[in-house]
Order: sequence, then structure tokens, then C-alpha cells
Amino acid sequence: MAAAGLRAMVGVKRVIDYAVKVRVKPDKTGVVTDGVKHSMNPFCEIAVEEAVRLKEKKLVSEVVAVSCGPQQCQETIRTALAMGADRGLHVEVPAKDYESLSPFQVSKILAALAKKEGIGLLLLGKQAIDDDCNQTGQMTAAFLDWPQGTFASQVTLDGDWLKVEREVDGGLETVRLKLPAVVTADLRLNEPRYATLPNIMKAKKKKIEVVKPSDLGVELTSRVKIVSVEDPPQRKAGVKVETVEDLVAKLKEIGRI
Amino acid sequence: MFPKLLKAQRLARRAVSLLHRFQSTLVIAEHTNEAVSPITLNAITAAKRLGGDVSCLVAGTNCEKVAQELSKVQGVVKVLVSQHDAYKGFLPEELTPLILAAQKQFNYTHICAGASAFGKNLLPRVAAKLDVAPVSDIIEIKSPDTFVRTIYAGNALCTVKCDEKIKVFSVRGTSFEAASISGGSATVEKVPAASPAGQSEWIEQKLTKSDRPELTSAKVVVSGGRGLKSGENFKLLYELADKLHAAVGASRAAVDAGFVPNDMQVGQTGKIVAPELYIAVGISGAIQHLAGMKDSKTIVAINKDPEAPIFQVADYGLVADLFKVVPELTAALKK
Repeated sequence: MAAAGLRAMVGVKRVIDYAVKVRVKPDKTGVVTDGVKHSMNPFCEIAVEEAVRLKEKKLVSEVVAVSCGPQQCQETIRTALAMGADRGLHVEVPAKDYESLSPFQVSKILAALAKKEGIGLLLLGKQAIDDDCNQTGQMTAAFLDWPQGTFASQVTLDGDWLKVEREVDGGLETVRLKLPAVVTADLRLNEPRYATLPNIMKAKKKKIEVVKPSDLGVELTSRVKIVSVEDPPQRKAGVKVETVEDLVAKLKEIGRI
Repeated sequence: MFPKLLKAQRLARRAVSLLHRFQSTLVIAEHTNEAVSPITLNAITAAKRLGGDVSCLVAGTNCEKVAQELSKVQGVVKVLVSQHDAYKGFLPEELTPLILAAQKQFNYTHICAGASAFGKNLLPRVAAKLDVAPVSDIIEIKSPDTFVRTIYAGNALCTVKCDEKIKVFSVRGTSFEAASISGGSATVEKVPAASPAGQSEWIEQKLTKSDRPELTSAKVVVSGGRGLKSGENFKLLYELADKLHAAVGASRAAVDAGFVPNDMQVGQTGKIVAPELYIAVGISGAIQHLAGMKDSKTIVAINKDPEAPIFQVADYGLVADLFKVVPELTAALKK
């Protein structure tokens, strides 16, 4: 695949804003989302930024932003368009089905779209900060039978190959992947740009195509069911100590040092 | 009436134990070709909780030592070994076909690994190939199909029931004890390597060298945040850590500012630790940081801002300038 014709697709998820303290619903079915501030998942922003940078370096010809979910996802796609994506794809999932939508179904949708759109590089965030699954990129790569570069902190295109530096437990490692490939972004990959007002205005003119999972032949049934969502155990309030001596004495008393 | 009820209970119990006997779990061993990674031992404990047979798969370029080590781990009945140069760097593209072949041969009901960078990278790929939805980073096993995991940076506990034919899940290491590394007597069986996929290639790694204990399994962790002001000042924490035989962690702010490498980050997107003692120095305590350490047994916070959220979870809080009190603390521990 010639790099000049490389098309990139970026998956973006709309999640509760990272700074919001979530509240569990009293009926234990989930967390309160109505009337709560939502934004683009921070890792998805990083993926969009990377795709746009590759386009600016003329290594990628087109950037397609895709999101799965209810109508409001279009705002998230608009944000990606304002950051520099060329067009959007909204895979419309009604609110009712969205509650049980998991990385399993999203991966099948993304894999189908990647094939349909002739994508050579799929960029995703490493995890969504709501479900904290860290699965979608890996699963999409599997469904496509493409190699995967997860937790990427650096991405370099080199002809038909992609060099990816990954954040692993003991430090960093570098792998080389044959395109087409899937990459998931870690925090350190880049610093996402802010969309400027003129770009936000321009983004309104860019196209968002709406498709349905059924158009892509993807079933939304889930075999993993949420039984309950509850508050985690609360920690007991602690005490303030006045001096280092106090602190050391307290820690000795309970046998921690 | 009464004996009848007892009999029914007994039958029910037998049915459950029968069900458990049909469980069989494959633990994908994480290792360095030299030694088993500690999180594998936590994953084995979780696997034993399921009630059935536990097997381990060791794949790598050099497996003999690791396979021997695992065969002595209590509760493991079989160790599958596959040694091949294609497993260099433990690439998921190469390991997945091997796991699928093992699954085809032995029909496991559960496949798991520790929720480390290795496990998180590999297991979802395996699950997709088996056409099942995986479950990430579980903290509790309620029954062979019901698991508890955290969502929203640890701010909610989610219980899920997995009706997939094969349950694929990763295990939070800090939520399960390590299995004992002696007393086991597993059989070791060689399995043929799958043919190389050749889509990816491992080039190199740059590991952070340190004499301190490993962050995720250390009994004591000393962490620094933005308040440290520079990478050089982290030496205050290293000195304190050395006195406590502690590992040193960091908040995202400290990593982003370049004070320390990112593999030291504790939090939702970094490492999850649950030591006996966690000392947070110059860390405000953002939601994302708390996600990685709030299950620590005792939390100490040193911060000059009395309003810092870290004090809401700290067992002992000291409102003071860290540049004054950390050296004092180090000195006090010398005595």
C-alpha cells in the first residue's frame, strides 16, 4: 500500500467528562448520565491528533472520524472534524441498545467500516475512561486479522511498515507492524490541539454520514450482562498529624514501619 | 420433611461441585524467559477460585526454567510449553494462534492472564478470535460466570454475568494473593508452535533499571507529584524509599513534567497498586490518581495544601512543606 494513499480512520467515544465525579444510580443499574457534562474520551483526542499530524505530514490522504452511539455522538464527531478530520461516520445506536453496547460489538462495527472504507490505519484510544475496558483496538485488529500496536507513545510510518514505540510495564518497547494496522494511543503520544473557532465553524460544513449497525451486518446482542453497579467501599476518614515524629509514631503503632 | 430438605441440599451441592469439576482454566503465563512474572501467580489464585483444573501456558524463546518454576506452583495441574523464536517479544499476533490451538485441543471453559500491559494487549485479541466478549481487570470472582470489576476510574463496582461459552478475562493482580511457588507437581507437556504470522516484529525494549522493588508488588510505595517541582528533587523520595525498602511511584503530573519515566505512573491509566503503606508526597489526589492507589491498606499524605483531595482518603495527613518534612522523615527512620 502506497503511503500517499493511506487512509486513516479514528474511533472517538463520547464519555462523561474526566473531571466529573460520577454518581451511581439508586437502582444500581448504572451511573447517572443525564444532565452530566460529556466530552470526547481523552485517549480518543490523542488518536485524532495523531491522525491529523500524519495528514499534515502528507503521510495520510484522508482522516475519517467514527463514533458509535446515540444522536449526541455527532457532537463528538464534530469535535474531531474541528481538530482536522475530513469527514465523519456516525454509527447510530439507539439509547436503549447503547446501554449494553460493549467493545465486542464496537470492534465488529469498526472492522466492517475499515473494510468498507478501504482504511489502511485505524487509530483508537487505548481505553475509554468510563468502562475502562482497554479492549476495542485489540479486538478490532483481531476481527480484521491486522497487527496491533497498543499503548503507543510514538508512531513512525516507514513505507508499508509502521514503527510503534509502546508503553509497557517495565519501560518502553518498539515493534514494527505491516500495514494495514491498528494503533491505540497512550497519554504520551502527543498533546492534542484545541479546535479554534474558525475550525469549529468549518467543521459544521464537513459531512457526517449516518449508518446503522444492521447496514454493516453487525448484531448488537450481548452475552455479557451488567448485574449491578454499586458504590465502592468508602474509606474511613483519617486524622491529621502535626509533626513528623507524630507520623512515625502512628505508623509504628499500627505496624506499618 | 427435614431429611428430605437436607437431601435436596446435598444434591444441589453435589451438582455445584460437579459443575466446578467441569471447569478448566488456562492461565497464560507472563514471564521474561528467565522467570515467571509475579502477576501470573495472582492470576493462578484467581483461576483456582473457579474450582476446576488449572493449566498454564508458557510461550517464549526460552521456556524451560519458567516451565519448571510453574510446575511447582500450588494448584497448577498441567504446564503447556511452546518454545519458538517467533515468540520473541511475546507479540500478540504470534501468541494468539498458539492459544487458539491449545483451546481447540483442551476445550477450556476459562482463559485468563494478569491485567498487565502483556495481558491487556493479548487477551482481547484472543477473545475476538474466539468470538466472545472478554472481561477486563476483574477484582472478584462470585461464581464461574459472574465477576466484579471497577469502572469510571474505580468510582463504581460493576458486577457482570458472562454467558459466553468461553470466559476470557484479565485479573487485577492486587486483588488476589499470589499462589505459593512450592508444593505443586504439575505435568509439563510440550505443544507445537503455531506457524509464524509474520505481520509484526519486535525490535527492542528500553527498560527502566532500578534496584528498588517492583512497583505493583511492593509492600511500601512512596509517590511524588507536581509538588516535587523537578526530577532532581525526586532524590528526596528515593532516599526515603530506600529507608523503607519501598518502590517509588508518581502522579501523571510528575510524569508529564518529565520528572520521572512513565512506567512509574500510578493511576487509572498507569499502574494499580495496593501496598500496605502508600505515601503520597506533593500529590493533590485527582480522581485518576486515586484509581490507582485507593485500595492501599494505609495511606499517608504529605501536602502543604490542606484542601487537597488526597486528605479525604489519607489515614494520616501531614499538612506541611515536603521539602522540610521528607528529609525529616528519612532522618527519623535512620534511628
